[in-house]
Amino acid sequence: MLSGVQRSYSAGVKRVDDRYAFPGARDASFVNSLKLTMPEDYAPIPIYRVMDRDGYVLNEQEDPQLSQEVVEKMFRDMLLLSTMDKILYESQRQGRISFYMTNFGEEASHIGSAAALEMRDVIYGQYREAGVLVWRGFRIDQFVDQCYGNDDDLGRGKQMPVHYGSKELNFVTISSPLSTQIPQAVGAAYALKRKPNNDACVVCYFGEGAASEGDAHAAFNFAATLECPVIFFCRNNGFAISTPSNEQYRGDGIAGRGPMGYGIATVRVDGTDVFAVYNAMKRAREYVLRENKPVVLEALAYRVSHHSTSDDSTAYRSAEEIEMWNTLEHPISKLKSYMVHKGWFNEKEETEFVSGVRKQVLKQIAISEKKLKPNWREMFEGVYADMPKHLLEQQRELEQHVEAHKQHYPLKSFKQ
Amino acid sequence: MNDRSVINSAAKTFYMSAGAVNVPIVFRGPNGASAGVAAQHSQCFAAWYAHCPGLKVVSPYDTEDARGLLKSAIRDPDPVVVLENELMYGVAFPVDEKVTDVDFLVPLGKAKIMRPGKDITIVAHSKAVETALLSAAELAKKGIEAEVINLRSIRPLDMQTIFTSVRKTHHLITVENGWPQHGVGAEICARFMEDPAFFELDAPVWRCCGVDVPMPYAKTLELNALPREPDVTAAALKVLGKK
Repeated sequence: MLSGVQRSYSAGVKRVDDRYAFPGARDASFVNSLKLTMPEDYAPIPIYRVMDRDGYVLNEQEDPQLSQEVVEKMFRDMLLLSTMDKILYESQRQGRISFYMTNFGEEASHIGSAAALEMRDVIYGQYREAGVLVWRGFRIDQFVDQCYGNDDDLGRGKQMPVHYGSKELNFVTISSPLSTQIPQAVGAAYALKRKPNNDACVVCYFGEGAASEGDAHAAFNFAATLECPVIFFCRNNGFAISTPSNEQYRGDGIAGRGPMGYGIATVRVDGTDVFAVYNAMKRAREYVLRENKPVVLEALAYRVSHHSTSDDSTAYRSAEEIEMWNTLEHPISKLKSYMVHKGWFNEKEETEFVSGVRKQVLKQIAISEKKLKPNWREMFEGVYADMPKHLLEQQRELEQHVEAHKQHYPLKSFKQ
Repeated sequence: MNDRSVINSAAKTFYMSAGAVNVPIVFRGPNGASAGVAAQHSQCFAAWYAHCPGLKVVSPYDTEDARGLLKSAIRDPDPVVVLENELMYGVAFPVDEKVTDVDFLVPLGKAKIMRPGKDITIVAHSKAVETALLSAAELAKKGIEAEVINLRSIRPLDMQTIFTSVRKTHHLITVENGWPQHGVGAEICARFMEDPAFFELDAPVWRCCGVDVPMPYAKTLELNALPREPDVTAAALKVLGKK
């Protein structure tokens, strides 16, 4: 009997006090009085931060000591993202595009995390991670061309606005159904781990709402048990569309699920503090590559934006609350204060930079909306590697129809 | 696996990424009715998956199919769903030497004529091919030569082989263990309505399907909830206008 047990469990037989350990909880001790373990028995996981609200470093040892050049790039990328968002959001309001999602209030999560990675690390985003692309070098024309679905859109006009993807920048095309990207990211990390001398990890971004989907739980467990080099970056911005986080879960956020729930190393950071996000991400990356194990990184922030252009968030939260997060606790103003203390901030340069980005985005919109749409024949392409016969026939049929009735179709706006 | 992984992700990602991300994945697993496991473990997903552009769906019947289709699925650049029948896992079929070759492949989208005949065409897939062959043997005793087609692939669906057969036999019945509505047989009927081959039919097409209920647990009910040889034989006689 005993030898059978030893064969079944590779860790062998373990004793706890006078008992043999149950295989399902080998390290648990025995107690002789009955007690429910309550959520309150655990202190919430603390929030790591480097700066205070006024941009002062709280513990000098935690200052990542980034060069002026790097900090300026961080700041400018955050400004660029925020400026571009304002204009593209307005362009949806004007009816020029069907949809848009802004990133206000989460700029530090994007830029701080992206800055701590290597370009070879693979990104699986949810949909509100445009800042990661900005850091990696996705250009304004590429953003705008995607939103306008024209012939220069890398996605060939096949997706809604903000569903970016770039093979060159190792950014997997956005899939909007929530959390489909999480198990896929784990699979990609597992594949990387199997590569000899792997030195790349996977970063999967998702919101605290997406973390309620079944796929998220399956993904956490797979990553833990299969030991995959993946960083689960939860952007906990307080809202899943209109559901506030206090209605989304009862535990200690998403971080609370990591160590006890899934046996995953976990860190919780102030997502409005770009250096906290940077440091945590750097540490997480080192850990996942050294140990071949996942990390849960929860970045707490506040979604200053409406969820999307299909949402009006003033219906479910107060203007004062939004205003507080948009001023006092705003990630850009914190980094700006830090730069002021360092003597790296120049008001005039900032104003010029923002107005330059504004001009560039406006000009790009004018260009992008005039560009031709991709050839309409492409509608039939990309369903399979080789176009099946029935689609070829339908494509030909459409060609003949359009040829016969071309006066009724806006052919001039499509690439021929 | 769920609809989000197979349909919303695997089937659409190549299209939605404009070719940047292809999904050369094979989803394989037991499909169709097993034995004595009741409603939630006994159903055919052939029609469900075959509905979706972006997926390829195969449904092997015998050893040759199982090996050749799975190998083709693995080598294919697109996502392929391989629907195997649990009850066939333990059934051995004699095979040609060539089937054991490392490069033996059964092409996706190509049906196989299991038994030639000139009087009526019986189209089936997976375990229902067995039922169709039993029925053809029974019909032969009555002097009726049935042609049995094993679909092998559900998507793409090899209609040419079926059309060619019906041009010869002028009669058609379909056999499947899935439910009737929007099923594989329903799709074949629809394709006939849209093709000149329709005029080759001397009688309406008849579908033999699973009964339109969740699978019962009782053994006798389970047995009778799927098309059996006498059901198919009776259908063939009806279509042929014979007693």
